[in-house]
Amino acid sequence: MNAMSVNWILALPEITLALAGLVILVFGVLQRPGKGIGACTVLSIAAFVGCAVLVALSPDGAAYAGTFVNDSFARFMKILVLLGGLVALLLTVSYRTDERAPLPFETAVLILFSTVGAMIMASSANLMTLFVGLELSSLSIYILAALERDDVLSSEAGLKYFVLGSLASGLLLYGMSLVYGYAGTMEYSGLIAAIQQTTALPVGLMVGLVFLVVGLCFKLSVVPFHMWTPDVYQGAPTPVTAYMAGAPKFATFALLLRVMSGPFGAMAPRWQILIETLSILSMVYGALAAIPQTNIKRLMAYSSIGHMGYALMGLAAASTNGVRATLVYLAAYLVMNAGVFAVITAMRRKGREVTSLADLSGLGRTDPGLAAALAVFMFSMVGAPPLAGFFGKLMVFAAAWQSGLYVLVGIGALSSVIGAYYYLRVVKVMYFDASAERLDQPARSLVFVSGSMGLATVFFVLALGPLMALARQAALALGG
Amino acid sequence: MLAQLVFYVFAAVLLLSAAMVISVRNPVHAVLFLILAFFNAAGLFLIAGAEFLAMLLVIVYVGAVAVLFLFVVMMLDIDFTQLREGLQRHAPIGICVGGVLFAELIMALSHWTMAPAGVSVPLQAAPGLTNTAALGTLIYTHYVLLFQACGLVLLVAMIGAIVLTLRQTGSGRRQNIEKQHARTPEETLVLVRVPLGENVLEQGGFLRPQTSYYDTAVPGSYGSTGQPAVEKEETGA
Repeated sequence: MNAMSVNWILALPEITLALAGLVILVFGVLQRPGKGIGACTVLSIAAFVGCAVLVALSPDGAAYAGTFVNDSFARFMKILVLLGGLVALLLTVSYRTDERAPLPFETAVLILFSTVGAMIMASSANLMTLFVGLELSSLSIYILAALERDDVLSSEAGLKYFVLGSLASGLLLYGMSLVYGYAGTMEYSGLIAAIQQTTALPVGLMVGLVFLVVGLCFKLSVVPFHMWTPDVYQGAPTPVTAYMAGAPKFATFALLLRVMSGPFGAMAPRWQILIETLSILSMVYGALAAIPQTNIKRLMAYSSIGHMGYALMGLAAASTNGVRATLVYLAAYLVMNAGVFAVITAMRRKGREVTSLADLSGLGRTDPGLAAALAVFMFSMVGAPPLAGFFGKLMVFAAAWQSGLYVLVGIGALSSVIGAYYYLRVVKVMYFDASAERLDQPARSLVFVSGSMGLATVFFVLALGPLMALARQAALALGG
Repeated sequence: MLAQLVFYVFAAVLLLSAAMVISVRNPVHAVLFLILAFFNAAGLFLIAGAEFLAMLLVIVYVGAVAVLFLFVVMMLDIDFTQLREGLQRHAPIGICVGGVLFAELIMALSHWTMAPAGVSVPLQAAPGLTNTAALGTLIYTHYVLLFQACGLVLLVAMIGAIVLTLRQTGSGRRQNIEKQHARTPEETLVLVRVPLGENVLEQGGFLRPQTSYYDTAVPGSYGSTGQPAVEKEETGA
C-alpha cells in the first residue's frame, strides 16, 4: 500500500534541485546580458552540494504509484551523478578566457536540469520514469552541445547528437512498447512477476529487450552505437564534454543495471551473450581507433567508448559481484575522467583553447604540476596499480572470471594492453618531445579540480574499503 | 453491425491518408493528409469509448501541432527535391536494413503471446468515475512526478530554443518609438511623377526617402551602424 501513496519526501532531492534550477533561471534572466554565468554557476554548485546532502539522508521506499524508488543503489548512483555534474560546473566557471562572449548563463541551468533527469533515471521503478528521465537528461545535453552556436563544429555536434539521439529514443520506446505488449504492465515489479511465470520466452519479448538495450547503449556510446561520440565530444564546449562523459553515463548505467538485473534478471542467460558482445566490441574498437587520433578531445571520446566496454563487463557477469564491480569501476572512472577534462580545459595559449595532442609537448618542463596530474590520470586509465583505474579493472575482470567468461576477460586484458599505447603516448609527448610554446597559467578552479582528482586517483586505495561496502549494499538492493 | 461498418470506414481512410502523408510530393498536401489521419484516429477513439482522448487528439494535434507543421512547411523554404537527392544513393542500404527489421517484427508479432498475468487483468472502467476524471486522477495524482518531469522537459526545450536562436545585440530591428512618432510624412515620403511609358529604372531606380528608418533605429540594434553608408550611396545614384 505504501508504494501507492504519494510520498513526497522520497523525491525531495530531485524536487529541491528542480526548484533551485527555476530560481537560478529567474536570477540569471535578471542579470545584465552576458554577465550571469559566474553567479549562476556558483549558485548551481551550492544547489548540487545541498542536493547531495539530501540524497545521503533520503529514506528507502517506493512512491508515486510505483514509478519511483529510492534505495541504496539509487543513492549511490545519484551521488556519482551529482559529483559528475559538480565537476563540470567547476570547469564552466573559468572556461572562457579570450575576447569572445562568455557562455550564456543557461549553461549552468541546463547542466542542473540534465542532472535532475539523470537522478530521476537512477530512481526509476517503471519504464515511463526511465523514459521521461532519459529525455530530460538528453534534451538538455543536445542543447549544451550546440551552445557555441557561431562555431561550426559545435553546431554539428548538437545537430548530430540530436538526430541520432532521437532515433535511439524511438528504438527505446519501441522496445518498451513490445515489452508492455507482452507483460501488460510497465512497472518493474509487474515485469518481474510476468517474466518469472513463463517458461518459454516469446520472440516479441526478446525483440523488445534488444531494442531497449540498443536505446540505452546508444546513450552509453557503446560500439556499434558509438558513431556520434568523437564528433560530439570534439565539437561541444569542453566543460560540456566533461559533463557528457560523466553524469549521463552513470545514470544510463544505473538504468541498464536496474532493468537488466531487476525485471529481466530471470532472462540473464539470454542477454548475457548480447552484453558480452557489446563489451568486447567496445573495448577492442576503443583501443584500436584511438591510436591515430591527434586531438585530445577525440582521444577521450574513444577512451570513453573503451571504458564503457570494461564497465559492461561487470553487467555481463550477471551477478551481485558483477554489479558491485561495475559500480566501483564507474566511481574510479568518474575521478580520473574529471581530472583529465580539468587538464584539457586548462590547455590554452594566449587565452585561446588548444586541443591538439602536439600542444602538450614538453608540458613536463613548462608546467610540471599539470603534466604530473595528467600523467597520473593516463596511468590510471591504463590500469596501472595502485591507481584508481587499476582497482576498477581488477574488480570487473574478477567478476567476469567468476562467472566463467574467460574469453571476455582475455580480450579485455589484451585490449587494455593495446590501449596502454595511446595513453602512454600522451605521457611521452609531455615528457620527451621538444617543448612547444608555454601554456597559460591555469585558473584556480582548474588547479583545484585536477589536483584534488589527482590525489583521489593516487589514494583511491584508502577509500576502497568503504566504497566497496557501499557498492555491495547497492548491488544487494538491486537484488542482482 | 453499424459500429463495425463505421470502424472499417474510419480505419480505411486512416490507413489511406497515412500512406498519402509519406507519398505525396507536395509537403503542404502531406500535412493536410496528416490532419485527415488525425480526424479519423479521433473517430476510432470515439468508437472505442474514449471520448476525452478523441477530443484531445482533435484539439491538440489538429488544432496546434498540425497547424504548426503547416506553418513550418510553408514558411521554411525547404527544397524537397534537393533533400531527395541522397535518397537514390542510400536507398539500397535503407531497404536492406528496413527489410530485415520488418521481417523480425513480422516474426515477433506472428508468435505473439501475452503474459498469463497480463491476460487475466482486463481493462475495466473505474467505478463512479468518468473517463476524464479517471485520467485526471492518474495524471495529476498517481503520476504527478512524471507529469512535473514532463513539464521540465518542455521548459528545457523552451530554454534551448531561446538560448540557441536569440541574439542579444545586432539582430532585430528595434525602433526608437518617440522619434518614429515625431516624423512627418514630408520627411519620409517623396512623391515622384513617373511619365507614361517609362519604367522606374529609367527614372533613377527606387528612391529611398531622405531620412530612412536608420534614423529612428535604436542605437545598437541592426541597421543603426554600418549599414546606412552603403544605403546612402544607392540613394544618390
